[in-house]
Parts: sequence; C-alpha cells; structure tokens
Amino acid sequence: MSAYAADVAALARKDLRLELRAKDTLPAMLLFVLATLVVFHFALPPDAGDDAAYGLLWVALVFTALLGLGRAWVPEREGAALDGLVLAPCDRSAIWLGKALATLAFLVAAEVVALPAFALFFAPLRGTALLGVVLVDIGICTVGSLVSAMAASSRTRELILPLLFLPLAIPLIVGGVGSSISPDGGKYLLFLALYDGVFSILSWASFEYVVTE
Amino acid sequence: MSLNRNVAAIAVGAAGLMALALAMVFFVAPEDADQGISQKIFYFHVPIALTAYACFGTGAWKGLRLLWTGAERYDLESYTAIHQGTIFGALTLLTGSIWAKASWGVWWAWSSNQLVLFLVLFLFYCAYFMLRFSVEPGTRRARVSAVYALFGVALIPISFLAIRLANDFIHPTVFTRHGAQMTGTMLAAFWVSWAALLLLAFVMYRVELIGKHIDANLRDLRDILTAR
Repeated sequence: MSAYAADVAALARKDLRLELRAKDTLPAMLLFVLATLVVFHFALPPDAGDDAAYGLLWVALVFTALLGLGRAWVPEREGAALDGLVLAPCDRSAIWLGKALATLAFLVAAEVVALPAFALFFAPLRGTALLGVVLVDIGICTVGSLVSAMAASSRTRELILPLLFLPLAIPLIVGGVGSSISPDGGKYLLFLALYDGVFSILSWASFEYVVTE
Repeated sequence: MSLNRNVAAIAVGAAGLMALALAMVFFVAPEDADQGISQKIFYFHVPIALTAYACFGTGAWKGLRLLWTGAERYDLESYTAIHQGTIFGALTLLTGSIWAKASWGVWWAWSSNQLVLFLVLFLFYCAYFMLRFSVEPGTRRARVSAVYALFGVALIPISFLAIRLANDFIHPTVFTRHGAQMTGTMLAAFWVSWAALLLLAFVMYRVELIGKHIDANLRDLRDILTAR
C-alpha cells in the first residue's frame, strides 16, 4: 500500500513540478476565473440578488476546472509518455489518482484567489458553501481526470471534453448551489459526499481500461 | 440463420402485442376522470421511459461483460443497446413534452423530474456517440465506450436524486402525475403496453445487431479481397 502511495505521490509531484517550470495551466485558470467573475457582474441585472451570484459562482468554478482538465493529459500525450506510464510496474489506477490530485491542487490554487474575489465582488460565502467547494472539487477532479483521459484518446480531444463532462457535473452543480443557498445545506453536503464516493470508486476501478489496449 | 427467423417471429409477436396494447388503452381502460383523453399518453410515455432505462441498463451490463471477459462481441451489443436507449429516450422527451402541453399548457416543465432527468441522460448519451465516433475502432474504443456506459447507470440514480434535491431551491413540486390510483383495467393496459414496447425494443435491438454484423462481415470480406 505504501508503494502505491509512493507511486501516486511521485506522479502528482511530476505534474506539479512540470507546472512550476512551464507555468502553462495555473495562470490561465486564475485569469479565466477572474475574467468570468467580471463578466458575471455585467451579465447579472442590478436587482438580481445574491442567490443568482451564488449560482453563477458554481458555473465559473466548473468551467475553470474544465480549462485545467483540458490540459491535464497533454504532458502524457506528448512523446507518448502515457504508454511508458502504462508499462511501468505500478498499479494503473495510481496514474489516475496522481492526475486527480495534481488537478485538485491546481483547482484549489485557483479557488484561493477566486473565492475571496467572489466575496469581494458579490457576496460572502458561508461555511457550508466552503465545505461544498471542497466536496465539489473532489468530484470534479476524480470524474474529470477519468473523462479527460477518455477525451485524450479521441481525435477531437478538447472539443469533446465539455460534452462528456458537463452532464456528469450537473449533480455537482446542484449540490454546490444547494450548499450555498439552501437553509438546509447539510443535506446537499451529504449528497455531494455520496457523489464523490460513488464516482471515485467507479473511476478508480475503471481507469485501467481507459488507458490500456 | 435461425436467429433471423426468430427475430421475424418475435417481430410479429411485438406487432400483435402492440395492437393489443392500443386496443386496451383506447377501448378497455376507462377514461381518466380529471385529464380525459390526454391521459392516454401515459400508457406510452411511462413504458417508453422504462424501456429506455432497460436499454441503458443492458448497454452498461454488456459493457461490464466486455471489461470482464474481453469478448469483442459485447462491444457491438453494448453500443446497439445504448443506441436503442437513446431512441427511446428521445421518444420519452417527445411524449413527455406533448403530455405537458396537454395537461399544463406548456411544452416544457422543469418541475417534471422525469423530463429533466431524460434531458440530462439524452445529453450524456449523445456525448457517448460523439466519443465513440472520434476514437479509432479497436480494443481501446470498445473499453472506453464500456466505461462510459457504466458511468451512465451510475449517473441515472445520482441525477434523479440531484433533480429531486434541486426542486427544493428552484421551486416546490406543483404537478404530480400519479395522483389517483389506477384501476384494474388501467393497470392491465399499462402492463401490456410496457410489454409490447419492451418486445419492440428487443426486436429493434436484434435487427440493428444483425445489420451491424452483416456490415462487419462485408467489410472483412472486402479487406480480404483487396488484400489479394
């Protein structure tokens, strides 16, 4: 098990180091989420109220995540590095978990800027909403890493990723919006935890089949 | 091929059962006290939806078998089942929309959980075809499609739950479809209709599968001939 954890850590570290050197994805995600929030200010009518802004926050987060997920498997695809990883003597699901953790790190880094900016521009977030953000992030990264690996194996790649991902993200949006505006936010957190559990197990078990011939 | 003959026999059975279902729906089952004649679409809308679930379930099951055994034939079977499911899903949206217009006066109602769920599923399974047609044919495509099909059956209950939860903050449920209990003949008409649609889906599935097999054989034959 510790060997598995070491594999996962090595793979996630590799992605983070690549990002530190190339600085491709994270600055793009940061700028994108800020620009989206500004766009939302002009899209919302002045009397729209906070609930509408909370709803749009989740749209912004999911689309920012999509931006990161679209780039997620680019390093592996270049030079057919994924084939090397698949041949390496490690459990294939470790590749998925490493990617999910790296994507999670990028997303959280983007949110560290985006959430205070949202509070500044629109309305403050309450505690359950922050917990909701954490649970939604986990869901996005587990499902998204698998789906973007699927998209990476297709010809259309970046084009198809949102089509595959958005129907799967609808329950996350429901949970996220519920956790930030419903008086009974705990129910939505529970639902998000259920989503994370079901789809993490499914992604973990099925990733091997997505990358092997 | 005996399989083809069986399909013909089952197709005749499906047609007969469908005629029986139509007769029962329009002549045996009593007219609904509240909704009148427009309630008759219930006998098609709900069985079509249930049949679509059955097709999606079959597609996922075949996908699981593919991943489990690695037998290539499950790929085509899974794809065909999902194709049928998508057709029946589109029909569910269509009949649901007609029913919404007849009973509530609008073509689309977000408060109808079933309709919203089918819209989500329709989008999800349309993406399945996009994915499938943009991956090179082979083991990889079969496996990716199978995994996606498995995600579909996990998404159905999760989405259903999500849509139920979303109703709490979007709007309370105003419309309910199954207010009154169905009487004996209504229930019988419903069951016969569902059986007819399931059989129809099965026939369509077999016919499409046979066509796909012939297609594949023809392509193999052509490859052999051009290679000579």
